[in-house]
Amino acid sequence: MTAHPDVTDDRDSEAWLAALRADGLERDRAIARLHALLLRAARFEVARRRGAPHLREADLDDLAVQSADDALVAVLAKLDDFRGDSRFTTWAYKFALLEAAVKLRRRAWHARELPTAPSDWPETAAGSAAAASDDAARRELLATIRDAIAEELTSHQREVLVAVALNDVPIDVLSERMGTTRGALYKTLHDARRKLRRALGGELP
Amino acid sequence: MTDDLLSRLLGPADPELGCDACFDELDRYVEVELAGGDADAAVPGMRPHLAGCPACAEEHESLRDLVTSQK
Repeated sequence: MTAHPDVTDDRDSEAWLAALRADGLERDRAIARLHALLLRAARFEVARRRGAPHLREADLDDLAVQSADDALVAVLAKLDDFRGDSRFTTWAYKFALLEAAVKLRRRAWHARELPTAPSDWPETAAGSAAAASDDAARRELLATIRDAIAEELTSHQREVLVAVALNDVPIDVLSERMGTTRGALYKTLHDARRKLRRALGGELP
Repeated sequence: MTDDLLSRLLGPADPELGCDACFDELDRYVEVELAGGDADAAVPGMRPHLAGCPACAEEHESLRDLVTSQK
């Protein structure tokens, strides 16, 4: 792709759309080019995670190809949603990156139990951070948050907060296990955080 | 350590997008960012969301780096 000093001047995007909406051989060729572009993006994402724990090297290229396949389906289904706010290629890339990122996160957490219980509050980390600090106000703040998590949040909000915010469980891994969407789960996390902020009131740093 | 813990627990203070809106706007945000424009003004609520959502932050970073690598 060429450099693009002006994001709104993109004749290339129009050419992509025209070819993907054409008939016959022209469309077939455009789809093949699009798949190659999506595969490049998926491999880019896979390369970033290479060497991460719980990922087997042998699985990674298959995962990239599967991500490109799934992204191709998504892009073709959403072609009419492309508004031209960015280059077509940038818009298409994000579908492949999302597919690859989600698959990589799910693969990394496959068959692992998710820490969602209140007992998964990182006692040691929080406790040592508080103990190491001479700041009494900071220790009090952490205690207030602990109480608010126990008393103000619903059990669902508590599970989501403990998993995502305290134990680094990826939100899409949790949403798959809980049978909900990433957007719905982030809303739950957002609402839980609002409650904690409200509970802290004037104690916020 | 403690500040990071607080930030993960409390999330961003400013109004933020949700994950779906973040995905919808991500390509535009990245291009304005890479063109040196005011991406935060172009897509209000994106920056706080990226601060509060590690998964979306990863996808933002990947798209930004991929587009940069293709220039």
